[in-house]
Amino acid sequence: MSSFKSLASAMFLGLRRDRGALFFTIALPLLFLVAIGGLFAQQSTPKSKVLEIGSVGVVDQMPAAMRADFGKSFKVTRISDRNAALEKVKKGDYDAALEQVGDQVVVHFSAADQVKSGTVQGQVNGLVQAANQAASGQAPKYRLRAEQVEDKSLKAIQYITPGVLGWALASAGMFGASTTLVTWRTKGILRRLRLSPVPIRTVFAARVAVSLGMALVQTVLFIGVATLPFFGLKLSHYWWMAIPMVLCGVLAFLAIGMLIGAWAKTQESAQAVSQMVVLPMAFLGGSFFPVDEAPKWLRVVSEIFPLRHLNDGMLKVMARGAGPASVLPQLGILLAFALVATIVAVRVFRWEQI
Amino acid sequence: MSNTIVANDLRKRYGDVNAVDGVSLTVEAGEFFGILGPNGAGKTTTLEIIEGLRQADAGEISVFGQSPWPRNPALLPRMGVQLQASAFFERLTAREQLRTFGSLYGVPGRKADEMLEVVGLSDKADTQVEKLSGGQAQRLSIACALVHEPELVFLDEPTAALDPQARRNLWDVLRAINTDGRTVVLTTHYMDEAEVLCDRVAIMDHGRILRSGAPATLVRGLDSAARVSVASGVMNADEARTLPGADEVTDDEVSLTISTRDAPKVVAALAERGALEGVQIKGATLEDVFLDLTGREYRA
Ligand SMILES: Nc1ncnc2c1ncn2[C@@H]1O[C@H](COP(=O)(O)OP(=O)(O)OP(=O)(O)O)[C@@H](O)[C@H]1O
Ligand SMILES: [Mg+2]
Repeated sequence: MSSFKSLASAMFLGLRRDRGALFFTIALPLLFLVAIGGLFAQQSTPKSKVLEIGSVGVVDQMPAAMRADFGKSFKVTRISDRNAALEKVKKGDYDAALEQVGDQVVVHFSAADQVKSGTVQGQVNGLVQAANQAASGQAPKYRLRAEQVEDKSLKAIQYITPGVLGWALASAGMFGASTTLVTWRTKGILRRLRLSPVPIRTVFAARVAVSLGMALVQTVLFIGVATLPFFGLKLSHYWWMAIPMVLCGVLAFLAIGMLIGAWAKTQESAQAVSQMVVLPMAFLGGSFFPVDEAPKWLRVVSEIFPLRHLNDGMLKVMARGAGPASVLPQLGILLAFALVATIVAVRVFRWEQI
Repeated sequence: MSNTIVANDLRKRYGDVNAVDGVSLTVEAGEFFGILGPNGAGKTTTLEIIEGLRQADAGEISVFGQSPWPRNPALLPRMGVQLQASAFFERLTAREQLRTFGSLYGVPGRKADEMLEVVGLSDKADTQVEKLSGGQAQRLSIACALVHEPELVFLDEPTAALDPQARRNLWDVLRAINTDGRTVVLTTHYMDEAEVLCDRVAIMDHGRILRSGAPATLVRGLDSAARVSVASGVMNADEARTLPGADEVTDDEVSLTISTRDAPKVVAALAERGALEGVQIKGATLEDVFLDLTGREYRA
């Protein structure tokens, strides 16, 4: 086996056996994604739960075209017992109960939740209007078209997935690289390897290869979980451009981690400094909320973080459907970060602890 | 014979400590060379300068005719080094460790596994290095130094943590290596080890070599080559001092010990006086040379 391969497999084995590190780099961010994604998944489908007492004409004889839309905002349960229905609405189990009395559609609602009952009334009103209009046999003169002002594709899960993934990659890369380098130096592995004929850059290249591999595993897991129907991530056409984005991003994070590890004397200081970089970077870099909504000065400041550029690029290719060429600036910026941090790290690098 | 190592007036300072203070030595090809000295004498620093791990402040060093500093990739495959502090890849088993080190030198896995056998770690092959005992880790570290069959082996206190069996087994391994024609340089605190293994030793203290030569030559050069002791009380110390051939007399209440250059004469004199109860004659050892040169007090 070549030195490179055997070093890489030794490092991979060491990492795989480090349960703590695996938890923090892989499991914890996934839990984060599941928690945040789950939160928004629930929020994005506020269906009105209504009871239908007996048969209500506007509901039962709805044209098929309308029924599809109707199903998105209503969940209808049939019930025959009127009193029981009213009791359920009163208790808040259902948002409203519909009843047909002659030509009137009666909406029974509770005053307890005014927002919900208001919504149901409006929706049912719309239903009745539509039925009236259909009964008149004339084409409608005016139509209502509702349009969301935010980017349509940006459902919460669409920006949370690349964002949390970016944070996960940044912490795995920076903590991994900085603490590994300090460990190698304090435990004397560096000086031992210095005595072997393998060039030190091969040793580092092996470590970088292992990290890139781990990052791809993280990415696949993240996208796999987020595209589950429950979370509902929709990948846009050029999503595979996320792979070079991730690789370039991880190179940048590793280089910064190496720089921290080259400078830090102890494991504790390496961890503290990594944390001091990762945390603000994740918040300002748009991992947890879209930076577009932040004040201008903050957006400008956030440009100093590689994670900001990774997040921008990932959003473009994963959610906004932008073409591969659109992220070339981001790829370039990330590689530049990697290059500069590597150059500084090489200058700060020490073989010996003392 | 050609010289494998030539060091001339090496110096290394750490702050105001002269760790190495003018060391000159040569080690010939195929020689078994020992460096002895109390803690802090500068043995490790000297070795690390020769290995190319540290840069000397002054002096010249050549190994196989080349300079080991700065890092010289042409020399590295020819040397095997066991450092005083073992260093391993994290969470690898003994076998994986040895195979990884072997692969850095292009050694096949099978060869690495054989090495595990040589240092008696076969039944610990699948144990992670963190879970090895101190002596087992030491043996693994030695195996890692030998796995690529280097021409020149450096061992920094290789037997420091070993039990008596492992120590003797390692002696056999090292002797075999040396018999193959390979050069071994080791440091040790065990005088018996140095006497048994080394063709030549250098005794160091305060960063300097105080004396060097074959162990037997050094012992013979001592003022008092032998010590004769009898049970305490058979004769008082003052009387003993008057015996012909007696140089120095001590009585520790267990035995009365007479240092002498002429043991037969002292024994004869004791016999004449009927004072031979519990008699023991000990030839001087390397330990006496060592203590004679470095003193008997504790070192910082
Ligand atoms: N990296 C260092 N920084 C500062 N001082 C050092 C360093 N390494 C060694 N020294 C000092 O140099 C002197 C020689 O140390 P060295 O390790 O060479 O001794 P040694 O003969 O190997 O001792 P031992 O038998 O305990 O291993 C000691 O006084 C030690 O304190
Ligand atoms: Mg030492």
